[in-house]
Amino acid sequence: MDFIANLPPHFFRIPIALTLVISLVFINALIMVYLERKIAGHMQFRLGPMEVGWHGVLQTAIDAVKLMSKQLIVPEKAHTKLFRIAPLLAFTPAVLPFVVMPFAPKLQAVDINIGIIFILAMASLNVMAIFVAGWASNNKYGLLGSMRSVSQNIAYEIPVLFSLLSAVFVVGSFSLGDIVGYQSKIWLFMIQPIAFLIYFVSSVAETNRAPFDLPEAESELTAGFHTEYSGMAFALFFLGEYTEMFVVSSIATAVFLGGWHGFPLPFFEYSSVVWFLLKTYFLMFLMIWFRWTFPRVRFDQLLNFSWKYLIPFSLVNLLITAVVVKL
Amino acid sequence: MKKYFTDLFTGAKSLIEGMVVTIKAFFSPVVTVQYPREKNIIPNAYRGHIVLVSDDKTGEPKCIACGTCERACPSSCIKVLSEKKEGEKKKSLTAFNLDFTRCSLCGICVESCPLGAIEYSNEYNLSGFTKEEFQYDLLKYLKESSC
Repeated sequence: MDFIANLPPHFFRIPIALTLVISLVFINALIMVYLERKIAGHMQFRLGPMEVGWHGVLQTAIDAVKLMSKQLIVPEKAHTKLFRIAPLLAFTPAVLPFVVMPFAPKLQAVDINIGIIFILAMASLNVMAIFVAGWASNNKYGLLGSMRSVSQNIAYEIPVLFSLLSAVFVVGSFSLGDIVGYQSKIWLFMIQPIAFLIYFVSSVAETNRAPFDLPEAESELTAGFHTEYSGMAFALFFLGEYTEMFVVSSIATAVFLGGWHGFPLPFFEYSSVVWFLLKTYFLMFLMIWFRWTFPRVRFDQLLNFSWKYLIPFSLVNLLITAVVVKL
Repeated sequence: MKKYFTDLFTGAKSLIEGMVVTIKAFFSPVVTVQYPREKNIIPNAYRGHIVLVSDDKTGEPKCIACGTCERACPSSCIKVLSEKKEGEKKKSLTAFNLDFTRCSLCGICVESCPLGAIEYSNEYNLSGFTKEEFQYDLLKYLKESSC
């Protein structure tokens, strides 16, 4: 027993956290797919899924079963190994940011002092997965989609970094625990409204969602980078996309919307996760709302918007923040 | 430089206007009718295939087998069969055959009937694999639907 008692606490903490996180990722995808279809329906005067279970609540579970039962087809001229690795690459990095995410004061697996940088590094690995998928499919639509994804992510990663950096300047720490702790009186979104706006717009682009869903633009590229994928491999890309949505929304919550701060609840150190999830799901509702309102932008419009508006604005914002903090 | 900022503000304004449209749609009632469970009310002027009208008192069909509808029908899809039973003064109807594959629901039979013994039904769920399934005996149909 001495041996177990002498193990570092992380030895137990991280497996437990990862188990919880992976279940969270799957549950989130189930809920989000259902909500997305329901909200889309109601925004178009329809009902959305209604058949499986009460108001169609079991629809996504049934869809998952159907996707699992389907055959995984590898095209003849595709690069077999890369083609199989790409969906895993899309899914795995999407899970890792949750390890440092401060869900509640005591619900954070590890609070590393470069939390934000870790999350951004992991989140941008998703582009690699999309690129590998498009390249390995050996399909013109796949390749075009993944090329678009890469240039889009390069353009939008910069405003994301600048806007988060201006929040970091105010707090003076990269650790997410410190950033949330700083917001006990005033949320950073009130100090840095422009940074919040820029972050949120560019994170929608980062997750490849409408109106910035050019990598999978159905009307031009059939399905873009996942044209050749079927069954569970396709489902993993979707899972990755919805997890990515959750990641960017929870970063926005933690950095700009005060994280777990909210009205007091019993057992606040754990139960304040409710506030965190409420804010995160509100942001995700906004993303769904964007998707069913705005038409897809053209590629030159997409890049112009980033290079002409988002990057200069975030740079100026960063500069002003730096000067104010220094004074 | 001026265009740069006007573009930004008009763009932002149009985006917000668009979002207002969709959120209004989100909270307004849906128009979907969940068909097998919910059905729309069929309007009075709906024309299904014709059926015979029965007399309220006797329950027998009002039709006197005069054959006016048969003669009036432009696609000749009605065949009225009758016989004169012994001890009865009038002819009585034995079968009222409607070939619905040829009927164009023009309604001349309904208009020509001197007794108002034919009317439109509300039947819209018709399907079948053969032509013969659309050859109805409306007398039989009336007896089946009344009991």
